[in-house]
Amino acid sequence: MSHTPVVLTPASADQAVSAFGDGSGVTVIGGGTIVMPEIAGRRASFSKALLLSGAGLAGITRQGGVVRIGAATTLQALIGATPDPLSTAAQRVGDYEIRGQATIGGNLCAGPGRETPRGDLQAPLIALAASVRTAGAGGEQVQPVEDFLESGPAGRLVLEVEFSEPTRGAYTSMGRPHTHVYTVLSVACAETPEGLRVAIGGAGPTGARAPSVERALADGASVEDAAARVLDDVEPQDDALASAWYRRKALPALVARALADIGKESG
Amino acid sequence: MKITVNGAEHELASPPLTSLLNALRDELNVTGPKVGCQGGNCGTCTVLVDGEPRRSCLLPLAMVDGAEVTTIEGLGTPKRMHPMQAAFHFYYGSQCGFCAPGMITASVALLERNPNPTRKQIQNALGGHICRCTGYVKIIDAVEAVARGESFDGAELTRSRGGEATPKGASA
Repeated sequence: MSHTPVVLTPASADQAVSAFGDGSGVTVIGGGTIVMPEIAGRRASFSKALLLSGAGLAGITRQGGVVRIGAATTLQALIGATPDPLSTAAQRVGDYEIRGQATIGGNLCAGPGRETPRGDLQAPLIALAASVRTAGAGGEQVQPVEDFLESGPAGRLVLEVEFSEPTRGAYTSMGRPHTHVYTVLSVACAETPEGLRVAIGGAGPTGARAPSVERALADGASVEDAAARVLDDVEPQDDALASAWYRRKALPALVARALADIGKESG
Repeated sequence: MKITVNGAEHELASPPLTSLLNALRDELNVTGPKVGCQGGNCGTCTVLVDGEPRRSCLLPLAMVDGAEVTTIEGLGTPKRMHPMQAAFHFYYGSQCGFCAPGMITASVALLERNPNPTRKQIQNALGGHICRCTGYVKIIDAVEAVARGESFDGAELTRSRGGEATPKGASA
């Protein structure tokens, strides 16, 4: 850093919202696992940092079948305390120390890394039909997580994520033996009040829904045929972890496995 | 900002986004936690923050204001080692020693939350810690030994357990 940035440490959600303002020039630090390496590597340049750790935005609450998760809730806190596919997805991120520091809000705001996709909780949250409550210019806003991911986190401060409790959920992922290798591909599915939803991680810059798979299943296609449709929904790319060719070969099998896990009979 | 490190309170002058690791090493001269990858991937900077293992390279000082930090130095001394330190010594869990500050603090924290971990659980808990000597088997052996209550009374850095000079596996 060529200069010392202003560091804001709000003590409440309201203070965080007003400190964030319209977000211009503000770098939000949830757990720090994404921003701190950027600072250490001298790749970060920002004038204002907003630290959320003291803003009281952590916590999981349940009311009337709705699960609400504060933006600063750590990934470790999600394990066992939230339904699948979210719980298992959180369990597979990093290691105990990283999960104890990284937050769900940060994961949702994680764009693609320099060499690999990241944001492993995005596909599970899409599958759960989660919505995101954010603040920024024009005040608070609640939008489906897919819309939030599409427009990106710029100018928005994530406050909370919420979704209806699913009847069932499943998460299948393909990684490498070592905990710190990013997820190559993942498939999240959930039986939500509005039907079965399927989402893919690792096949694009953010998590993505797989509507063709969902439609095929609704139309009575076999698990294998429905799973094969996933390539209509996402276009896997080459990166440091795997080639696009490999992802195209592996993804339908992974989708079929996730569907079997959630109880769809293979035909 | 103020932090307590190994029982001693310190007022810090480093800027608020300085990593806890750099503040410990450069401002407080606590050099047990090592500078490895500085990206959270290698584990050697791991310290206990209010009892929980954390990567000190990933924690901005402003996030640990008022916290109690324990580094490898705070666990024991060469003459009075923490059982985990003694076990790492006795089982040859520390070769070049670069990963040991993180491996040992993370292992102490593991046994705090799970006193009887399976071998698989130890592997998972240490999964984010890289040993460049590849001495993982001995490290896991050491953690298992502490978990099953092996005593390391009298162990010193220059000697093996109980004052005996015969390390495990050596012929008498």
